[in-house]
Amino acid sequence: MTERYDLIVLGGGAAGLTAALYGARAHLKTLIIDTGTPGGQMNLTYKVANYPGVLEASGADIVMTMRRQAESFGARLLSHAEVAEVALTGAEKSVVVEDEGTFVAPAIILAPGAMPRTLGLGSEARFQGRGISYCATCDGDFFTDQDIAVIGGGNSALEEAVSLTKFASSVTIIHEFDHFQAQPWAVEQAKKNPKIRFLMEQTVKDFEGEESLTAVISEHKRTGEVTRTPVSGVFLFIGYVPNTGWLREKIDINERGEILTDESMKTSVAGVFAAGDARQKRYRQVTTAVSDGAIAAIAASEYVASLAA
Amino acid sequence: MLNTNLQHIESVEQYEQLIASGAKVAVVCGRMGPMCVPVYSVMDALKSNYPDVNFYDMDFDTAVAMQTIRRLPETNGFMGLPFTVYYKDGGVVAATSSIQNKKQVKEILDGRLSP
Ligand SMILES: Cc1cc2nc3c(=O)[nH]c(=O)nc-3n(C[C@H](O)[C@H](O)[C@H](O)COP(=O)(O)OP(=O)(O)OC[C@H]3O[C@@H](n4cnc5c(N)ncnc54)[C@H](O)[C@@H]3O)c2cc1C
Repeated sequence: MTERYDLIVLGGGAAGLTAALYGARAHLKTLIIDTGTPGGQMNLTYKVANYPGVLEASGADIVMTMRRQAESFGARLLSHAEVAEVALTGAEKSVVVEDEGTFVAPAIILAPGAMPRTLGLGSEARFQGRGISYCATCDGDFFTDQDIAVIGGGNSALEEAVSLTKFASSVTIIHEFDHFQAQPWAVEQAKKNPKIRFLMEQTVKDFEGEESLTAVISEHKRTGEVTRTPVSGVFLFIGYVPNTGWLREKIDINERGEILTDESMKTSVAGVFAAGDARQKRYRQVTTAVSDGAIAAIAASEYVASLAA
Repeated sequence: MLNTNLQHIESVEQYEQLIASGAKVAVVCGRMGPMCVPVYSVMDALKSNYPDVNFYDMDFDTAVAMQTIRRLPETNGFMGLPFTVYYKDGGVVAATSSIQNKKQVKEILDGRLSP
């Protein structure tokens, strides 16, 4: 079964939901297809305090409102969609979703965002939920009075390490370089905390344990010295990667996997626009994602109108 | 009460009756947190494809959770929210800890919870 739309938005995070809201409000028949949970990274944010017009709210609450707003203008949302194929060339773009059918539209906005980077070790998946976590606020209290480690060296890693000292008896920060990428104030806060110790220039090699995690094995990058750090919990904050692997042969992207656009969010393919964290840009915030989404939808509606003229 | 589109388990009696009925049940026990919200959302998306399965949530910080799911031998050692427990014929057939995607949930529904 093939269903026709004026605009398809791939990705239902801040950028995609905003694009859909603008598209639907411009009377474009709009479909959002999300391969995961609508809201994307906003769902990972307990408290957003820098989204203008909202004093403070959980990311999940903002998602709920954005989604309702887009749907109230007529946008349709398919979540947890299993996308089998995306064709971007030609006058008609198409997306095949398993169990749902084929969706076609003259314009498409790519807003697939980014996801937490993982180390890619087999043992990492084995201990997820049994010692390995990506969310300090969610799982910190499971490690009360226990020794834990935080892997990473950016702001998130250092800030979360400090917050985890409320629960844990010690926090070892394991980082790959001899310096931190975090802001100086975050580094200073961590260094001042007596429960935090640092293991620098390390490559994490493995996670050990039986039923649950018992240690992290790492190796010094220059000397090769192997360290076994006994811990019952590990929190990973090692950055984000754009969800664009599937776009490599379809549009122009840079060496970091970010989609190249002009300032109207047009990509290298006519009728294909991009918005949000998956795009090449300097600052990644909810405000910049919604701005991209609005611009992309306005540009897409102009494009669709130009086809009819 | 959790702000999800799933049915809620709010008392021990409700839980016991549900499990004792022998029905196929999936319970996501968590908070409104970043690792839990995606699992509620997956269950919500799968509801219509699995009409024979009863999808519920349970607030992790309530007495019912402490007296039921948090005490199960199957969740012993879990250190990541949510705790998701699947039941059939009055017993636990699978349990997972932390975030799960649609594929992982479907594997259990099609495998351990299938007739
Ligand atoms: C822990 C954390 C805290 C943060 N705190 C703040 C903050 O306080 N303030 C702030 O302004 N910003 C914050 N940010 C950044 C902000 O959340 C992001 O910049 C913004 O949400 C990005 O939105 P997006 O729509 O571009 O991408 P995402 O939010 O990543 O959304 C992308 C969506 O696309 C879907 N998707 C992925 N691949 C595909 C595909 N192939 N097809 C279809 N759909 C796909 C995903 O499931 C997802 O729903 C935070 C980020 C994190 C991780």
